[in-house]
Order: sequence, then C-alpha cells, then structure tokens
Amino acid sequence: MIENFDVVIVGAGPAGISAAYILAEKGIKTIVLERGAYPGAKNISGGVLYGHDLGQIIPGFAEKNCPIERNIIESRIWYLGKNGGLSLSYRDKVFSGDRKFNAFTVGRAKFDRWFADQAKQKGVLVVCGTVVIDLLRDNRNWVIGVNTDRPEGEIKAKVVLLADGINSPLAAKTGFRPEPKPHQVALAVKEVIELPAEIIQERFNVEPGQGVTIEILGEITQGMNGVAAIYTNQHSLSVNIGANLFDLSKGKIRPYELIEKFKNHPMVSPLIQGGKPSEYTAHWLAEGGYETIPHLCGDGFLIAGDSGMLFNALHREGLNLAMTSGRLAAEAIAEALAKGDFSRNGLKTYISKLKNSYIMHDLKKYRKFPHFLNLHKEMFTTLPEWTNLAAREMLTVNGIPKKEKQAMIWREFRQRISLLNCLRLLKDAWRSVHGE
Amino acid sequence: MKIEDKLFLNRFRVDDESHLRIIDQALCLNQCIDQPCLYICPANVYRMEKDHISVNYEGCLECGSCRVACPHLNIEWRFPRGGYGISHKFG
Repeated sequence: MIENFDVVIVGAGPAGISAAYILAEKGIKTIVLERGAYPGAKNISGGVLYGHDLGQIIPGFAEKNCPIERNIIESRIWYLGKNGGLSLSYRDKVFSGDRKFNAFTVGRAKFDRWFADQAKQKGVLVVCGTVVIDLLRDNRNWVIGVNTDRPEGEIKAKVVLLADGINSPLAAKTGFRPEPKPHQVALAVKEVIELPAEIIQERFNVEPGQGVTIEILGEITQGMNGVAAIYTNQHSLSVNIGANLFDLSKGKIRPYELIEKFKNHPMVSPLIQGGKPSEYTAHWLAEGGYETIPHLCGDGFLIAGDSGMLFNALHREGLNLAMTSGRLAAEAIAEALAKGDFSRNGLKTYISKLKNSYIMHDLKKYRKFPHFLNLHKEMFTTLPEWTNLAAREMLTVNGIPKKEKQAMIWREFRQRISLLNCLRLLKDAWRSVHGE
Repeated sequence: MKIEDKLFLNRFRVDDESHLRIIDQALCLNQCIDQPCLYICPANVYRMEKDHISVNYEGCLECGSCRVACPHLNIEWRFPRGGYGISHKFG
C-alpha cells in the first residue's frame, strides 16, 4: 500500500472505531488496521457496555441494530467465603424506563463488528488480518505512519492513533509506553456458558431482554488481589475471574483451575447448572491506574483506550473510557489537522480534553486504589472469612444468647486482625476511594 | 473441565510457525527457579518435558502474560500473523 491517509488507527476496538467514526464524520481520510480476521476477533470484555459513551458517538444506537445482549436492570455485589457469601443488590425500574441502556451486556465478536460497520458506512477504511509491527519515523523522530506484516506494508499518515489494546508488543518494541510489570495488570479468564433464555430469566428473576450483573470479591481468588463477575447475555452467561498477575505468578496458581473452582462455588454452580461452555478466553486488565498512564501524545501520534492504561479498576469501567478517549482523540486530531500542526504541541489538546472529562477525574480520584488492594490482602482472605462467619453465627438459631455470639464474633475478629491493622485498613480504604 | 477441553471450544486458525519462542532453554532449566510460565499461562502453552520446556503455541489465547511474567524476559512474543491465532466467536 502506498496510499497516504490523514490518520492511521491501530486496532478496530472501541477506542479505535470511536475515533474513526468521528474523524470520518468530519471528512478526514482514515484507515483502521485490525490484526484479527474481523473486528472483535481478538477482543474480550466482561462485558458490560455503557450507553452514555456510545450514545455520544452514535446517538440512537439501540435503533440501529446494535447487538445488545441484555439491558442491565439489577447489579449485585457478592462477598464470598468458602461455602457461601453475602449479597447486596440494587434493582430499579428506571433502568428499564428512562435510563434504559445505561448499561447492557455485549459479546465483543458481534458488537465490535457492528461498531466497525457503522464507521465503514461513514467512509472509514477498515483493513483486517493486518498486524502493525512497527512505527515509521522521519529524521526528526516524528511518527509518520506504520509498517505492517503485509508485503510492502508501509502506510503513511499525518497522525497515528494507537488503540491497540493493553497487550501491545508494538509498545514494547517502540517504547511509546513501557511494558507493564506483572503487578500492574490482572489476568482474567472468561467462560461463556450457554443456557436457554427462559432459564436465565428464571434464575435471575428478569423479563426477556433484561439482565443482571454480579461483581464478586472474596476467598474465590485464593488470597490474591482479584475479582470475579457473572453477567447475563441473551442465551448465555459470562463467567469471569481474574487476579493480579504478580499474585498468580507468586502463588503458582493456574488460571483454568481458578475458574473451575469458582464455577463450583455453592453460590455460582446453581446459576450455571446444566449450561454448556462454548468459549474460553483470556485478557489483561489495566489494574495499575493513574500512575501507569503513559504520555498519551507525542509528535505525530496519540494513544487511546486500554493501550493508554485507561481503566477504572474500582468501578470495572474500561469500554466507556476507551470509547470516550477515542472520541476526544479524534476531536484533537481534527483540530491539529485544521492547524496543520501534528507535533506533540499541536496534538496536546487531547490531554486537556481528557483532563476535563470524567476519565481523568475518576482515574485521579482512585489513583491509590490499585495500591490499596495490593497492600491489604486481608480483603481477600481474613475479612471475607470473618464476615461470612459473623453472618453464619448470627443466623444460626441454637439457643446461645446473642450477646455471647457477638463476643465470640468479636474474638474471632481480633484473632485475625489487629486493631492497628484494622484502623490502617479503614484509613487506606477511605483514602483510596476518596481522592485528594 | 480440563484445559484441553476448554481450548477445544475455541476457534483457532493455526499458523505453521510459532509466534512464541523461548530464547534460551538452558536459562529456563538451569537458572529459573520458579518457572512461572508453567503455571500462569491460561492455555497451558508451556509444559515441562524431559529436557526442555515445550511451547504449544496452537492454543495460545494471546494475553501476553508469559512475556511480562518471565523473570528472565526469556520469551520472544509477537502476535500471530494477521488473521491467524484465536478468533472469538462471542468475545
């Protein structure tokens, strides 16, 4: 390929396609390169998508055949011990009314392909089966295009947008962001388990088209900093579990054994019973937060989405950050093209747009959260064990006076965790979510 | 459910040549105490054989974990050629 483009985008995921869509709407000549056989072929998420951010790119997406699995009307949080767990849930009619599609589940193989098709209709060229293996630079060291694994695969452009996801050998090779350290990512595995729609509706107490999310913490991650989640799709459940890569490595824990144990937990197995597993995938989550975000623009290039480590680990938000960062990158690129300045200076309005958006506000607010979870492993060991014990004992009717039970529960608490450590935990927890 | 059965669910287009390579086998065998690649790989790509670690790249899920978790950075890791490797059905 010798054609010149205004913008080359690496990766047809939500960040790349959001940017491409906005650029094409502004009449900017854009090509998207995707390594998979089709957009979404390599992509995974839990996968909950948020309507607000998508709606800012494609208003009225729900009427445009967007492949929505189920509209989320209820969110549950579980804190699990070995044999059971505590559950907290919130359901609201507003999520099937005025705020419908606030959150909904998607399968990325279908969603990303649909999203890319919307961009194609705006005039974006999406080329699949093409791996970007290097960046082209001029004698000033400005990025002026990409090299691909195709014969004569150089493509030149005024601006390159790197939206190639969190696992980026391109980043490792070219140094546009440092390779993540094991403690800065979580490795998650996911199983899609097929069940008839009626059974899902029955088990989760929802109507057709409605769904539930369950975010899960506790002893299921075997003392590692990690989480699990179960999401309802139209004809399947997404069963996810992940842990900090450093913890997995240190504990010599096999991810496929971790998910098997999780599936056999007494709170989980009744939900998936009789289901047929249909896919098994793995992916990183950018757990490092604010501190690990690289310089998101340079001379001739910008970085969006997971590639820029834009992930809110506490609220499990990533897709929306990817879409909005892609949109903001596109706006900054359009301004730079109008000025004819593709230097870092010309592109840096992207950074101020990000800073003014919820993305940087949220990531900055929770900047201490990743450290908190790595520091306080009792969140995954003694605390779930103790809270489960407390609930179990208080709910057991066995003739022991309640005061005696409370004293025993308190004793058990003190045996597990010192008061000083408890205070430290509370203080660190508060600071990690309160922000400056 | 065994890992082999899990991988069997997936759709792969396998290239003739591996996209993963252990740079120096001797380093793994003589100097690497923990050998995390044998545990953390979600597809059990790396397996201890009699005198070497085999690389069963066909089932690789392309997460990148082995590359960054290898204490000696002894794994050469690239993406499979365009269109090859795993193709998610659901994602």
